[in-house]
Amino acid sequence: MTEEIIIAGFGGQGVLSMGKILAYSGVMQGQEVTWFPSYGPEMRGGTANVTVILSDNRISSPILHEFDTAIILNQQSLDKFEAEVKPGGTLLYDPNGIVHPPTRTDINIYKIEGTKIAADMGNVKTFNMVVLGAFLKAKPIVALESIRKGLEKSLPERHHKLIPMNLQAIEAGQQQMEEVHII
Amino acid sequence: MGELRLMKGNEVIAEAAIRCGCDAYFGYPITPQSEVMETLMAREPWNQTGMVVLQAESEVASINMVYGAAGAGKKVMTSSSSPGISLMAEGISYIAGAELPCVIVNVQRGGPGLGTIQPSQADYFQSTKGGGHGDYRLIVLAPASVQEMHDFVGLAFELAFKYRNPAMILADGAIGQMMEKVELGEFVARQTTEQVDAQYGSWATTGKKKSRAKNVITSLELDSALMEQNNLRFQEKYRKMQQDEVSFEAIRCEDADYVLVAFGSSARICQKSVELARAKGIKVGLLRPITLFPFPSEPIARLAKQVKGFMTVEMNAGQMIEDVRLAVNCAGERNPVHYFGRLGGIIPTPGEVVEALEQKLIGG
Repeated sequence: MTEEIIIAGFGGQGVLSMGKILAYSGVMQGQEVTWFPSYGPEMRGGTANVTVILSDNRISSPILHEFDTAIILNQQSLDKFEAEVKPGGTLLYDPNGIVHPPTRTDINIYKIEGTKIAADMGNVKTFNMVVLGAFLKAKPIVALESIRKGLEKSLPERHHKLIPMNLQAIEAGQQQMEEVHII
Repeated sequence: MGELRLMKGNEVIAEAAIRCGCDAYFGYPITPQSEVMETLMAREPWNQTGMVVLQAESEVASINMVYGAAGAGKKVMTSSSSPGISLMAEGISYIAGAELPCVIVNVQRGGPGLGTIQPSQADYFQSTKGGGHGDYRLIVLAPASVQEMHDFVGLAFELAFKYRNPAMILADGAIGQMMEKVELGEFVARQTTEQVDAQYGSWATTGKKKSRAKNVITSLELDSALMEQNNLRFQEKYRKMQQDEVSFEAIRCEDADYVLVAFGSSARICQKSVELARAKGIKVGLLRPITLFPFPSEPIARLAKQVKGFMTVEMNAGQMIEDVRLAVNCAGERNPVHYFGRLGGIIPTPGEVVEALEQKLIGG
């Protein structure tokens, strides 16, 4: 199994940390992983993206031009990465702020109201975990148990009390993800 | 099996330094390698192993602190990114001239000048052919993964002490910033004063005893006849490195018609290009130099007898291509050697490399 993923959105949305948790979960399952961020002078409000690869084999390039899955959190990222999803691949997006939704018919498209769901749950910061949950519904490449272990390993002890809330957000995302049919 | 972690390349440089018994790190922050010192400061190794970590007032000060500590037989290192390495060039030449071991990490960014903070490999010439003045060489290791960022710290120290010569780890912003799974090494105790004295007492300034003559650390020799002897001794050392220390990885070269030559992150990109090209039925291999000096000329010369052509892939305007051409032509071969690369902080994609390969080598 090899899954090549781009996660893209605004800086501050938790794009990089979502990728990190996914990568850590891969490590917990004994997989090879790479996490390659866009880095630069851009910060909160600018664009941020990260390429995450999980594989059962040695990973060749951490830098890619086409992806199995694109997780898209703003319009700029949708405009840039929709075309870079491999035919038959997966595109997941949060419709919040999207005015030109995806149009491709040769890929599987899903949406998740991550912003809204997180707000309804009373913690907007878990937005990225809701989206991660939706991704795992579409592509169950890591087990929830691996994510829990990954969170335990990557978060400092004093933040461990936040883990149950994050797992709930993931479950909410799994339940409320919708498939989009482009006609 | 050692402890498994998910870490950035820069972070792992710091962790590996602590674990391999490094005595001191002196440095000055610069993107994209600032996490090296940041991690060291957060880890506070002075409490655990006694390792000194010091943010100097500049790169010039850092490298001269390295010079001083290396003279005392200590395992000492610094890290920086391209413009910072340029500032250190004088000191590096002095350390090479004084024949001292140390490790210098360069997490390259695009130049020239202040350039960009994005990844680049434009310091190939600077690292392998000088940088500072005088006839000296660095041992240059080019890691292509976070695991190698870890492993090469210990290896660089080993080679630096073996040859009493500075060793450089030539990385780039991509490997520095990316996270991968890494298996950490066991902790190795720092050497005691007695151990340093026993092993390096013949040259290190460990405090003079009556029983031995003065050890002098200097690169200065005003007597040209003696200075020539020094230089000849250095050259002999570099020849020995070329004989014994060449390291490379050949991927799917056995049946290859074409071979890509790339180091560091470019080599990772090329691995994917090899997969993509092979899926199209093009027989491509990859030769990845792990030591940039000494350069793997012989394996390239051997491949020249087998393949139709080479293409170097570099994040610079074509620097290593000169060494590949030399290797091919010095073996009396006439294979075409092409170059493909991106400049100024742009990273080539695996697809672009395949396209270039088809245009330049196969079409041409």
